[in-house]
Amino acid sequence: MQHLVILPILMPTLFAVLLLLQPLSGAVRTRRWLSLFAMLVNFLVASLLLWQQTNVPAQHYLLGNWAEPFGILLVADQLSVFFVWLTTLLSLAIALHSCGGDDEKGSYFHPLLHFLLMGLNGAFLTGDLFNLFVFFEVLLISSYGLMVHGGGKKRIQAALHYVILNLVGSALFLLALALLYAMLGSLHMADMAQRITMLQPAQLLAVQAAAGLLLIVFGLKAALLPLHFWLPAAYAHANPSVAAMFAVMTKVGVYSLIRVFGLLFGASAGALSGYGETLLWWGGLITMLLATVMVLAAVDLKRLAAALVLLSAGTLLAALGSGDAQVKAAALLYAIHSSWIGAVWYLLSDQIARQRGGVGDRLVPGPKMQHAPLLGWLFALSALVVIGMPPFSGFVAKLWLIQGLSTLEHGMVLVVMLLLSSLAVLVTMSRAGSVLFWRALPHTKTAPALNTASLSAIVLLLVSGVGLVVFGQWWTQFCADAIAQLQVALGGLK
Amino acid sequence: MELFIAISIGLLTGCGVLLLLRGRTFAVMLGLTMLSYAVNLFIFISGGLTAGAGAVLGASAQYADPLPQALVLTAIVIGFAMTAFLVVLAIRSRAELGHDEVDSQRPASRGGQ
Repeated sequence: MQHLVILPILMPTLFAVLLLLQPLSGAVRTRRWLSLFAMLVNFLVASLLLWQQTNVPAQHYLLGNWAEPFGILLVADQLSVFFVWLTTLLSLAIALHSCGGDDEKGSYFHPLLHFLLMGLNGAFLTGDLFNLFVFFEVLLISSYGLMVHGGGKKRIQAALHYVILNLVGSALFLLALALLYAMLGSLHMADMAQRITMLQPAQLLAVQAAAGLLLIVFGLKAALLPLHFWLPAAYAHANPSVAAMFAVMTKVGVYSLIRVFGLLFGASAGALSGYGETLLWWGGLITMLLATVMVLAAVDLKRLAAALVLLSAGTLLAALGSGDAQVKAAALLYAIHSSWIGAVWYLLSDQIARQRGGVGDRLVPGPKMQHAPLLGWLFALSALVVIGMPPFSGFVAKLWLIQGLSTLEHGMVLVVMLLLSSLAVLVTMSRAGSVLFWRALPHTKTAPALNTASLSAIVLLLVSGVGLVVFGQWWTQFCADAIAQLQVALGGLK
Repeated sequence: MELFIAISIGLLTGCGVLLLLRGRTFAVMLGLTMLSYAVNLFIFISGGLTAGAGAVLGASAQYADPLPQALVLTAIVIGFAMTAFLVVLAIRSRAELGHDEVDSQRPASRGGQ
């Protein structure tokens, strides 16, 4: 089906608008059911698109039917549909979890979530650099709304920082775009990649400056080291459902780096080939080091979850900086695994905090939890996944990363860092688990019953993670093909 | 004319960055607005500076690159909406925290005394 490509953008828009309109915006029950139904439909469409684009050349969907390279286009290749699929599954789980009560703490949670999904899908599917900016803004304005969802002093202050930082980021993005357009005369990404090979030597410096600006913008989104400081505060203060959804937001930065830098500064870019790789490599490594320290120093579960998101972002950035196709393919598998498990940690820490009364999710002995066995098993399972114990998805992703890195001469640094950070996570998880579940005070706190919707969201994400292992062969092949296809895309346009 | 435009953009960016580094939300908002003016001007001239050339083909002997004009329109609209959101958020933050500092460590005082 040719028009399937645009549906992941159109349908969230349509459902978001429907959710704002009168008969559906009234009753809570109707709104929740429609939102869940919409997320399910989105997920089915994304799965269909994933299935359709497997092992076929990239499909270019021309909006307005202007001939390439004029006009705006959507590109559905394996890389973009992969990210669309992982995002729609995540947002299905988030919508499910929010039905446990988070969505009613403020207004318009569900419409904003759908608009956010529209922006995310658009950013993944677009083949035009300016359009990427527009979809970035769509997803950012929805995320601003979600960030303040529920209100409260700390949340407002964290949101203010988040908004100002991202507005500066947008200004830099526009500067880079204008500079690239002035030098290359095109904003069609594949076309730019061809024009970059024909640059005059005098123009190189300006293109390098623009690339540096882009690196700052995407680094800010992906939380690369000197630009990471917004992440822990923003994620720790946001509503748990929102923070879990934000676990995929750093992946947008990573995706843009793969797409834009992989295309523009790939092997054929001459003097600009491999621009920024060294910076990403070392930046990613230092980000991992910092995140490892943050994991060890975590005083509550939310901060631990933020450190885990930062750790996965650092790993991905360093893997991109390695410049090796196999490592990049392994990074894709790691991206899908880490988005889901990052979200699981936010959702789980919220469930545990609710059971512990005033102590919340702080890592101190608290009253015994009523549902300790169930939550304890979920905690142990999620810990095993995130540490990377066999047979879970973390193990497969990390093993593949290490396999790829061991063939590189400078890869050992990242291998050591990866193992060291996993050890730190293991230590912290064991400590947190024993404090939360074993060193509980003798009295039991009467807590609200566990919500089925919220729990099933956590189970859904964990089961999907198991799916990554069960169909491991298929997924690894898919990731390797996606990276290979990105290289082929360069020759696709005449 | 190139020099004049370049100096204007530089001046706007400089003022914008200076204001961004201030501690109060109002100054930061003004800084962001100035920065976005500079960016818009920069996008506008990214197709090259031409005098007396129309944007429509055939209307004049020379024609200007129409794409930056479309881009800048989009950028202006988006920038305006974002600034509006920031203004509302800053007012809300003033009401909630009782002060208008962007990154204050002092405890919030209720009611803004």
